[in-house]
Amino acid sequence: MALVISVFEQGFIYAVMALGIYITYKILDFPDLTVDGSFPMGAAIAAIMITKGIPAIITLPVAFLAGGLAGLITGLIHVKLHVRDLLSGIIVMTALYSVNLWIMGKANIPLYNNETIFDNGIVNSIFVGPLADFATSIILLVIVLVVKLILDWYLRTKSGFMLRAVGSNARLVTSMGINKGKIKIIGLVIANGLCTLGGCLYAQEQRYADVSMGTGTMVIGLASVIIGTTLFRKVNFMSVTTSVVIGSVLYKACVAVAVHFLRNANDLKLITSVLFLIILVVSMDKKRKVASEDA
Amino acid sequence: MLELKNITKTYNPGTVNEICFFKDFNLTIEDGSFVSVVGSNGSGKTSMLNIICGSIDIDAGQVIMNGEDISRQKEYVRHQRIGRVFQNPSFGTVPDMTIMENMSIAENKGQPFNLTKGVTKSRRKAYQEMLSPLGLGLEEKMDVKVGSLSGGQRQALALLMSTMTPIDFLILDEHTAALDPKTAEIIMELTGKIVAEKKLTTIMVTHNLRYALEYGDRLLMMHEANVIMDRAGDMKKNTDLKEILAKFDEISIEAGN
Repeated sequence: MALVISVFEQGFIYAVMALGIYITYKILDFPDLTVDGSFPMGAAIAAIMITKGIPAIITLPVAFLAGGLAGLITGLIHVKLHVRDLLSGIIVMTALYSVNLWIMGKANIPLYNNETIFDNGIVNSIFVGPLADFATSIILLVIVLVVKLILDWYLRTKSGFMLRAVGSNARLVTSMGINKGKIKIIGLVIANGLCTLGGCLYAQEQRYADVSMGTGTMVIGLASVIIGTTLFRKVNFMSVTTSVVIGSVLYKACVAVAVHFLRNANDLKLITSVLFLIILVVSMDKKRKVASEDA
Repeated sequence: MLELKNITKTYNPGTVNEICFFKDFNLTIEDGSFVSVVGSNGSGKTSMLNIICGSIDIDAGQVIMNGEDISRQKEYVRHQRIGRVFQNPSFGTVPDMTIMENMSIAENKGQPFNLTKGVTKSRRKAYQEMLSPLGLGLEEKMDVKVGSLSGGQRQALALLMSTMTPIDFLILDEHTAALDPKTAEIIMELTGKIVAEKKLTTIMVTHNLRYALEYGDRLLMMHEANVIMDRAGDMKKNTDLKEILAKFDEISIEAGN
């Protein structure tokens, strides 16, 4: 039971981050490695603010804004200095490692008895008895749904239309008299804001922040996006953002099961990677089949 | 009015491959004229369009649109007054979005793309009325993603989208070259109709000499980045296919083809 709950908790947390990666990878077609730095930045911000006694709820908007700033820098490096997309992300990701150390003042911060958004007076008075075990997952579900609905709404606005157009056909954005660089930057700001928000939630759920916890964020996010979009491609009534959220929970479940049977948490990143490879190959295989059927 | 004044463009400057392409190139296009441009590959037709639109920079000279020097203006700024249709039908639409969404984007050109709703449902009928004269059945496919349409359907939509809002210039860059003859015919007829209806100043590059003669009121032939034939009005009407072909042969022999 504890395993199932933890799968949902972490699946939802990674879903917030995966929605950001969905923007860069699927919509913008921009391999943005900044996320490996912006995710732990969210954790760092949460940990330092909470230990300083600032109410946990405030960490969420602060984390989102800080992540947006990281995305803005990646975007400016790419658009204004004409550095390749992959390299722009790597530059900011590497710089963020130092920034995160600077935010935290040390390599890791535990959150022993501090109040988090999952554990405070109000939450503990609402979720009593048997419900208490599910408090974290329920709060996370609400957060994920809110993020998903806002993103869905945004992608249906005129500005959102430009974001969708720039990854699909940047030329058209130029033809509409709109600066495509600016649109890309907006996408990177939102995406990294979401990744940092994910990191902020992660630190509060795990009750610690570590400067190296960002390694593999990109892989987890990509795996969630690819599982979600591949599995539910044929399901018309479901929005892509919903598929990404479900994909994230499924991926987390696969990793949890693998770790459980191998009984060695040290293999976590290896399993993360290998599972991603399997998912990637399987989803490519499907694409190939579709292509040959068309021919 | 569009003026190109003393345009100079050198490719690969400072290397052994330095090619001085445009040298003191001049061209004036009057308001309301429909100019067809022909020429062999590498004659500078598309480069000229790219210079007008700002897709490539120039080394010297001026691009003047309605009296304003736009040589330093960014490509996207120039496109606020220019509509452009490309050879590749997928360049003019967003393949991952529906016809309804694509047309909504096109209709919003010139206005801010802000946080208001991307699609105005009440415009659906108006869009369908624009599509139905094409006779391609697009009005029945409003919620179909453009990526699943045929090249001809996409190009018709792209042409329509590029002229939905008021523009000063329409640039057609071999926009029928990738289509089968029958579809190309439909697109050309549609082009003629739209240009006449909206009285658009148009520059059309084409490899189809018949279209160049049939459409437009001015004909330019380019060779090695120079205009070697310029016929307007009655002079153009009296020009026939044979004469153009003869001129083409002449320049081909010069170039050693």
